Amino acid sequence: MSDEPLLRVKNLTKYYGSRLGCADVNFELYPGEVLAIVGESGSGKTTLLNTLSANLEPTSGEALYRMRDESWRNIYELSEAERRFLTRTDWGFVHQNPADGLRMTVSAGANVGERLMAVGDRHYGKIRDTALDWLGRVEIAADRIDDQPRSFSGGMRQRLQIARNLVTGPRLVFMDEPTGGLDVSVQARLLDLLRQLVGELGLSAIVVTHDLAVARLLSHRMMVMKDGHVIEAGLTDRVLDDPREPYTQLLVSSILQV
Amino acid sequence: MTALSVRNLAKTFTMHLRGGISLPVVENVTFDINAGECVVLGGPSGAGKSSILKMVYGNYGVDSGEVLIAHDERQVDLASADPRTVLTLRRDAIGYVSQFLRAVPRVSALDVVAEPLVVRGTDKDEAQKRAGEMLSRLNLPERLWSLPPATFSGGEQQRVNIARGFITHHPVLLLDEPTASLDAANRAVVVGMIAQKKREGVAMLGIFHDEEVRAEVADRIVDVTGFAPKVAA
Repeated sequence: MSDEPLLRVKNLTKYYGSRLGCADVNFELYPGEVLAIVGESGSGKTTLLNTLSANLEPTSGEALYRMRDESWRNIYELSEAERRFLTRTDWGFVHQNPADGLRMTVSAGANVGERLMAVGDRHYGKIRDTALDWLGRVEIAADRIDDQPRSFSGGMRQRLQIARNLVTGPRLVFMDEPTGGLDVSVQARLLDLLRQLVGELGLSAIVVTHDLAVARLLSHRMMVMKDGHVIEAGLTDRVLDDPREPYTQLLVSSILQV
Repeated sequence: MTALSVRNLAKTFTMHLRGGISLPVVENVTFDINAGECVVLGGPSGAGKSSILKMVYGNYGVDSGEVLIAHDERQVDLASADPRTVLTLRRDAIGYVSQFLRAVPRVSALDVVAEPLVVRGTDKDEAQKRAGEMLSRLNLPERLWSLPPATFSGGEQQRVNIARGFITHHPVLLLDEPTASLDAANRAVVVGMIAQKKREGVAMLGIFHDEEVRAEVADRIVDVTGFAPKVAA
């Protein structure tokens, strides 16, 4: 693990008018580290994720990102072009609903290739080969490369979305309930795949989930949110095995045992 | 040389869902373990043996006290360390063989065992070869190696878990009833593996309910009832 963080978040606060989204969030994320943000609906976790990924402007606070040239930049002070470049190359965003992250009416191969073209790849054969390679890595058969994701199952769409995000070799990936809308058996397969890819590629990731089993399997650290505030944070197995806050104890004790 | 030094650990659970009652578990937990020594925690169920093991590994936070682990020629306090330091210590300095395998869907037994080596940078083929050696030694039939352990019997899962825990060379190793679901032959294998770790200078802290196994592996028994909280909650 590197000794310098990739992301430094300081006092990040987001209000929607007078209504609180999230407040006073502080943390550092290191290369190779997976951070889970858990909490119930309305706790502010998705607001935080959207703010961190520069889809929303914060009301106050900053998020400093270490660029590939090692310079530190506040992501809210980047020019629109710089920010777009970051979100298309160095970052990935995996949406809960694959339709939000894919283009449903172009082929699977083009969905993956499009991110490559955004970073300047122009050689068609090479793009197609890379797309094929990534479809294989997310366990989509090569003969589906020319099919549109409209014809894919939910699990396949989600795997395609992951391939589309990872093809440019991002250093940071945001995930919003990545297994949320999937059948349990499909969830397990996707989780295992994500865990493997994150490990192999040494990615940093911020994963929003309400599923503590997902957090346990994927993350090193977690933050528990309630009413817009981070109420407990720490090593994932410490938070889950020895929850301190009343709300965290409630969350952990509410898991159904099978 | 002291490999693990536990100093004045205290732990009380506060159960917010039960009206905020306090459950004091242990206090003044203090002992040292030297390299090559196996210390066994003794005492009846509920005395806090597992809690101590979990505090030493960082799964449980502590209210006070220190867990000093030798790492990079220093002693690092795991109890107060930040999450990244805890993860570094778990990678390099302290291992844990839990009682139950937390099986990852779809991953084969061989890869479950090889994984701790792979994440430490060992070549995948070499890691799988060593994983196979561990599983052979523990008499896990080779036809099971390529299957995910989720469907294995309790004893088979425990052997996968032991193989995974013993494959690395952590200078400190925590053992939470590693022989609980094993037959006599496999218990003997594990006793032999513990003896080998001792010869390699590994400091071990364990819980063993099986008296025969305990008698064979323990260099010293630390009676946990001595750490019972004196003040009633």
